Amino acid sequence: MATRKIIVVGGGLAGLSAVIKIAEAGGTVDLFSIVPVKRSHSVCAQGGINAAKNLKGEGDTTAQHFDDTIYGGDFLANQTPVKAMCEAAPAIIDLLDRMGVPFNRTPEGLLDFRRFGGTLYHRTAFAGATTGQQLLYALDEQVRRFEAEGKVNKFEGWEFLSAILDGKGVARGIVAMNLRTMEVRAFPADAIILATGGIGALFGKSTNSVVCTGSAQSAVFQQGALYANGEFIQVHPTSIPGEDKLRLMSESARGEGGRVWVPRTPGDKRPVRSIPEAERFYFLEEWYPKYGNLVPRDVATRAIHKVVYQLGLGIDGQPMVYLDLTHIDHQTLDRKLGGILEIYEKFVGVDPHVEPMKIFPGMHYTMGGLWVDFDQMTNLPGVFAAGECEYQYHGANRLGANSLVSCIYGGFQAGPNALRYAKDLPVAEGDGGAAAEVARQSEINKKLLSNEGGENPFKLWRELGQTMTEHVTVTRYNKGLQAADEKIVELLDRYQRINLSDKSQWANTSFAFARQLKNMLELARTVTLGAMLRDESRGAHYKPDFPDRNDERFLKTTKASFTGAVEGPRIEFEAVDTQFIPPRPRRYDAAS
Amino acid sequence: MAERTVVFEIKRQASPDAPSVWERFELPWRPGMNVISAMMEIAGNPVTCEGHCTTPVAYDSNCLEEICGSCAMRINGKARMACSSLVDNLEQPIRVEPLSKFPLVRDLQVDRSVLFENLKKVKAWVPIDGTYDLGSGPRLTPQEQEANYPLSNCISCTCCMEVCPQFNVETGFVGAATIAQVKLFNNHPTGKVFKEERLRALSGDGGIQECGYAQNCVQACPKQLPLTSAISDVGREVVVQKVKDWLKS
Repeated sequence: MATRKIIVVGGGLAGLSAVIKIAEAGGTVDLFSIVPVKRSHSVCAQGGINAAKNLKGEGDTTAQHFDDTIYGGDFLANQTPVKAMCEAAPAIIDLLDRMGVPFNRTPEGLLDFRRFGGTLYHRTAFAGATTGQQLLYALDEQVRRFEAEGKVNKFEGWEFLSAILDGKGVARGIVAMNLRTMEVRAFPADAIILATGGIGALFGKSTNSVVCTGSAQSAVFQQGALYANGEFIQVHPTSIPGEDKLRLMSESARGEGGRVWVPRTPGDKRPVRSIPEAERFYFLEEWYPKYGNLVPRDVATRAIHKVVYQLGLGIDGQPMVYLDLTHIDHQTLDRKLGGILEIYEKFVGVDPHVEPMKIFPGMHYTMGGLWVDFDQMTNLPGVFAAGECEYQYHGANRLGANSLVSCIYGGFQAGPNALRYAKDLPVAEGDGGAAAEVARQSEINKKLLSNEGGENPFKLWRELGQTMTEHVTVTRYNKGLQAADEKIVELLDRYQRINLSDKSQWANTSFAFARQLKNMLELARTVTLGAMLRDESRGAHYKPDFPDRNDERFLKTTKASFTGAVEGPRIEFEAVDTQFIPPRPRRYDAAS
Repeated sequence: MAERTVVFEIKRQASPDAPSVWERFELPWRPGMNVISAMMEIAGNPVTCEGHCTTPVAYDSNCLEEICGSCAMRINGKARMACSSLVDNLEQPIRVEPLSKFPLVRDLQVDRSVLFENLKKVKAWVPIDGTYDLGSGPRLTPQEQEANYPLSNCISCTCCMEVCPQFNVETGFVGAATIAQVKLFNNHPTGKVFKEERLRALSGDGGIQECGYAQNCVQACPKQLPLTSAISDVGREVVVQKVKDWLKS
């Protein structure tokens, strides 16, 4: 039998982890990425990676990590895979350490750990405040090694357009577009793994990178893959508002002792440093005495919104609060947080060592994603998913520093599972549907290039972002969600009349963007309608009209399937695996 | 009151063979505006100062927070990252051009894959036995970590190569970024198993001897890598290695 070929789409932590496992097991991999993989969005992760190594004498255990993760996710995650991830995490840290990740060290030469949100333990290993960058580089280097040995072929600068599905709906490869020559081509494979990251672009401005459009997962969703828990969107409490994006200010700033506050007097005009301690409102510490500034992100974000929008205490009446590090000594800050302080200083022009940072919540992460089974396979045979693009590990809210571990663990599962699946796969009949899929994609391109109309894709995108940010982030009302859905339907209609100012067939970035936009719009409907149907509040999903969690009706996974009809996707609910930890009320404000 | 505006001059080139032209754009000023947000603004309304309809500018970008290394270009003659180039800190008109030392793709996009090829040549990785559980890695003092971490911050933007007078087709010089990675991996307790091979890879034509000590690299590096000290340290070891190899031959 011929060698089995696996295609991995996406070169962030999840994708590279899958590639390494496949190459190590003797499989061949084609790795596709829009950008050179070393520039993938994982590079932006800052604060660290969680594993219950218990190196601080606190009695931390993987069981405690598991409990914190399930509780932090408000019991929506299926418990079996989360348990396995938490148990695997310590060995993943060891492996990264062996690969040369420059983790911060204790004087004895061991890995240092810091606090993060949603736990009372020092569980987060870190490399300064650029942990994602350092992890991505370590995996990138291992993949480069396999590439030099001929076990991995990289296709950087190719964008995934769709899966090739045969007559039985089984994956037989992918269709991708070369972003320079604009060539559309079929690449056969016996299994494919999507590791295509987040969907920040749906919200216009977010902490995500430009490539995080969700286009790939939306494409397979439209081909029949189920999309799960799409309504669970994490808005990070501390980001730096910007013209082009919202820049993340890591939770590690609070993990190292950073304090969030506003002046008690609305519109206090005094210079920030002259405001006396007693006149500062450390609202997280007051409201959540046990966890303080390290409550989970959804809790901190809602608290900041409350302070700004209900109590009217935003700095200078603006939607901003202080994140204060000025009480921590200069050297400690540089050693543990240097990277993020540099970002703040470069982009804001103020030195956070001496002046508190001004921050506000920003869209950051999707807990939802492609539905996968416990083997990381979607409902489409042969289409696997790992990393942020799937839904499995974080329930209704992700804890900080759990994303890096879920990406690597997910990739480590998906790679070998895809290989195992591919071994038993009967040979495709004919070309497995490749020619037909290339024809379908080429037709879409042709139509987009020959459209006559007056719409500009970048303007449509801006409108989408505004609508999603307004109605589908922190506080949700069914009326607003309804309005958002109507807006998206309107944008889908206007999309038909996009007139590209650039119709050339060489490195046409706006053409590629217009293609992604269609997929963003379809996915945005799924996120919005999922939110509309879930009449409860759970984790990051908060409806003031339904302020409580309702386990009876909604301790369920949302599963959306694409219909193509005006009514939008069809949504069904699936029971959640809660066999290890019975659901209990989630109360971070409780004293014990 | 007249609206405050920002003027950009952008060098455009539709393809590697096409002629290049400068286009001028005037955009409304916004606080915190950077070169990338200006480019996004142009994409939404690609019309020049002269009222000529043009195409959105092609450029590479991704993270927009100076960590992915994508958006290096020449801004007012200086190689730097477009995302961290704040309009308020730049003299106008702001002149934006592609990096000049790499094959042009389109507009501000260039092909910088040479750096990734160089990293392959010097085996810039730690050769682990496998990904199975083999326990923790080697112990390192905080001082060792603090020495290696800055070298590991290289974002592969290639600014150091762009500004280097020796980085060109004639010399085939690998450039500072690759040399810094050699130092990083030779420092690592496991990575140093390839130390000799890495030094040999830097000893021939295009190797470290091509460096002319102009020191432009260290000034251009947006992440403040200690590039010149890396070059002198590795340079010394390359010489030692050459002598050792000569004595053995």
